[in-house]
Amino acid sequence: MEAGTRLTVNGAGLTVNAVPETMLLDVLRGELGLKAARFGCGEGLCGACRVLVDGHPVASCNTPLWSVAGRAVTTPEGLGTADAPHPVQAALIAEQAAQCGYCISGIVVSAAALLARSPDPDDAAIRAALDPNLCRCGAHNRILRAVRRAAAMRDRAA
Amino acid sequence: MSAEAVLPLGLRVTPQLDRWLSIAPEGHVTLSPGKVEIGQGILTALAQICADELDIAIERVRLRPADTAASPNEGVTSGSLSVSDCGLSVRLAAAQTRGLLLAEAARLLSVPQEALSVEDGAITGPGNLATSYWELADKVSLARPADPAVQPKAPGARTLTGRPVPRIDLAGKVFGTRPFIHDLDEPGMVHGRVLRPLRPGATLESLDEAALAGLDGLIALVRDGSFLGLVCESEVQAEAGLARLATAARWAGGFPLPDQHDLSPWLQGEPAEASIVDLREGAAPSPGTRRLVRRYLKPYLAHASIGPSCAIATWAEDGLRVLTHSQGIFNLRADLALVFGLPEDGIVVGHAEGAGCYGHNGADDAALDAALLARAVPGRPVRLRWSRADELARSPFGAAMAIEIAAEVGEDGRIAGWSHEIWSNGYVARPGRAGSPALLASFDLEKPFPLYISQDPPLAGGGGAQRNAVPLYDFPAWRIAKNRLLTMPLRTSSMRALGAFGNVFAIESMMDEIAHEQGEDPLAFRLRHLSDERARTVLERAAANADWGGAVAEGRGRGLAFARYKNTGAYCAVVAEIDLAAEPRATQLWIAVDVGEAINPDGVANQIEGGAVQATSWTLKEEVAFTREEVTSASWESYPILRFGEVPEVTVEIVPRLDLPPLGAGECAQGPTAAALANAVHAALGVRVRQMPITRDRIIAAME
Repeated sequence: MEAGTRLTVNGAGLTVNAVPETMLLDVLRGELGLKAARFGCGEGLCGACRVLVDGHPVASCNTPLWSVAGRAVTTPEGLGTADAPHPVQAALIAEQAAQCGYCISGIVVSAAALLARSPDPDDAAIRAALDPNLCRCGAHNRILRAVRRAAAMRDRAA
Repeated sequence: MSAEAVLPLGLRVTPQLDRWLSIAPEGHVTLSPGKVEIGQGILTALAQICADELDIAIERVRLRPADTAASPNEGVTSGSLSVSDCGLSVRLAAAQTRGLLLAEAARLLSVPQEALSVEDGAITGPGNLATSYWELADKVSLARPADPAVQPKAPGARTLTGRPVPRIDLAGKVFGTRPFIHDLDEPGMVHGRVLRPLRPGATLESLDEAALAGLDGLIALVRDGSFLGLVCESEVQAEAGLARLATAARWAGGFPLPDQHDLSPWLQGEPAEASIVDLREGAAPSPGTRRLVRRYLKPYLAHASIGPSCAIATWAEDGLRVLTHSQGIFNLRADLALVFGLPEDGIVVGHAEGAGCYGHNGADDAALDAALLARAVPGRPVRLRWSRADELARSPFGAAMAIEIAAEVGEDGRIAGWSHEIWSNGYVARPGRAGSPALLASFDLEKPFPLYISQDPPLAGGGGAQRNAVPLYDFPAWRIAKNRLLTMPLRTSSMRALGAFGNVFAIESMMDEIAHEQGEDPLAFRLRHLSDERARTVLERAAANADWGGAVAEGRGRGLAFARYKNTGAYCAVVAEIDLAAEPRATQLWIAVDVGEAINPDGVANQIEGGAVQATSWTLKEEVAFTREEVTSASWESYPILRFGEVPEVTVEIVPRLDLPPLGAGECAQGPTAAALANAVHAALGVRVRQMPITRDRIIAAME
């Protein structure tokens, strides 16, 4: 039997018992009860399941558990909460930048990763960072505005 | 108000006030609408209306999820009718409730009702007289019928509606704390999957059950005719089981599919029910009249929701309980009753939020799938989730349409006669409308129900394929005809805007073509055929905002289009700019709308922007792909939709109409966006593309 897989999730070190081939999304939503990352396609093509692994956005639906052993996983829950929102989350609310909201947690992850490495991105950089995320409701322009707003908020905070 | 005052639709069906709202002594109001949140923000608009009429803070309004056991039956959340049917019902119910509470307060305080005022539910009167809704909650019975004579607030007295209000559900979605149906856990819940062939109508020839031997967590294999699924303890196990089933199942037969690349002859050659949609008799064409005939084609479109359909079903001793993200919980219940041979009151269907819904998608089908699986594991809740492939390939499609328009143009350049003929499958195969179910699995059972062929309601009920086929222009004569296919190899049903998307694309492309042919500005040409002032206003506003007639960047073109949704709903005009350096890319849309009273202007803007961006995707990119044997657009690679890098800027102007009835906003931008893009291609290149999607290949083909 496997001894379990060690990893860090939202800052806390833990051991996961699922078999190493289990997809990270299933571990997060199942064993760990973290439901903000969502299943959209299972092929890494829609972005709804995105999480950060060592700061880089990845599709958790086709990332096996073994590949994140020893790494730091950050889910949308780990980026911010209602009491302590991430600037991207605060800006999305301020811009009312969603309709159904199914894609939005994956978008939070992509945008947070962008702003962490590029605090003042231009429009092309924001669009490129969000290009792996699909939105069917057509909230794109509001989301783009929100990411610009979040960048400005971080500027002021810095 | 006159004695003939009529209640809004929701209250006509369910007049009892306490079915709509209740006052809690703890200090909140519970609102129980029959319309459901499908990503469009309706719950916020309803809370706004309720809070405004009652003079309470919007935070005091709690929304009860719709449920067949308790909610008013408001049919289907569709057709951009939720504000006019449900919203106006809530407005009247809340206004009447306010009056009842104030009357009771006046009686208890021994003052005239007119001397009382309300602020956030606190009632005050002369001197230090004070009470509150919350104190009176138990003294005032709402078990009484709605009174059509009640007068809601005058438009000028409203303080919450007509203003942008943050969506009440949005923060929870951004933080990932507001659950979708996919996130709900029930005690003892197990997980189901269903295997479907990619060929519609295929039957299960054989199944090698040995392939499931040793599958961890397997609780039940469910086979009923060609319906095939399994139930496992965990979702991961169910997914592993589904992969094994896929190798173990052999399918045979199925419907022969048409040639995806030559749909028009097929649409025009299938057996069909021909009907006249509308006829306007005019004088015979005068000498010198020119006749133009053009043919348009709209392909099959997929809903392509980001979240696959999902349902939770429990088969308990006292009946069946289903949680669904369906648009019509009562209609779904009716079809479930037909399939299982149960009385409707033996089934409770509740609503839980799903991913964005743009019409009759797989939600209802998934509910039956879950119920069929749950029947095999009595007492245990089964959560069933579709695969991405099934979501794209096996949900009902928006129907393909061939449209032929013939216009007679007089010597004065005015249109003297107009003919519009449609060949299409029907646009409505929703559950709960017939004596036979319309749910996908019901056609595959050991004792199958007959395939439900999609219908079109009459125009008075919104129509289906013929929606918006009748022009709003002042043409002196027209003949609008429709051929509804009686075969349905690819299952079709309601998708946002229904036939209006194809019909407005055709009408507005044709208007543009005629204007250009006679060297006339397309805006001026439309305006001289349009006497409806509200229509003229949105056209003029969109044109002004886009600086219509001004300079356009090299390699780009601008086009204009207009429609009034259903000819009775919202007015919408769109100017689109397109860049043709590579694949056609929409760069900007300028939109003007008149939705009557806008309850939440930001919500309206969100719906218009979203509808226009989605329509841009449909127009430039989308087409369900299939061979003669199977649907092949079963992933995001084979059914691409518009991405962040391709999305146009969108500006929306809402013409203020606070004093006019609300008209709904969700679907009015679809058709005008498509035609404006096509017209923009023509403006840039002088090429007419009359077949969607408008891709680079199609433009090149149209040049030849």
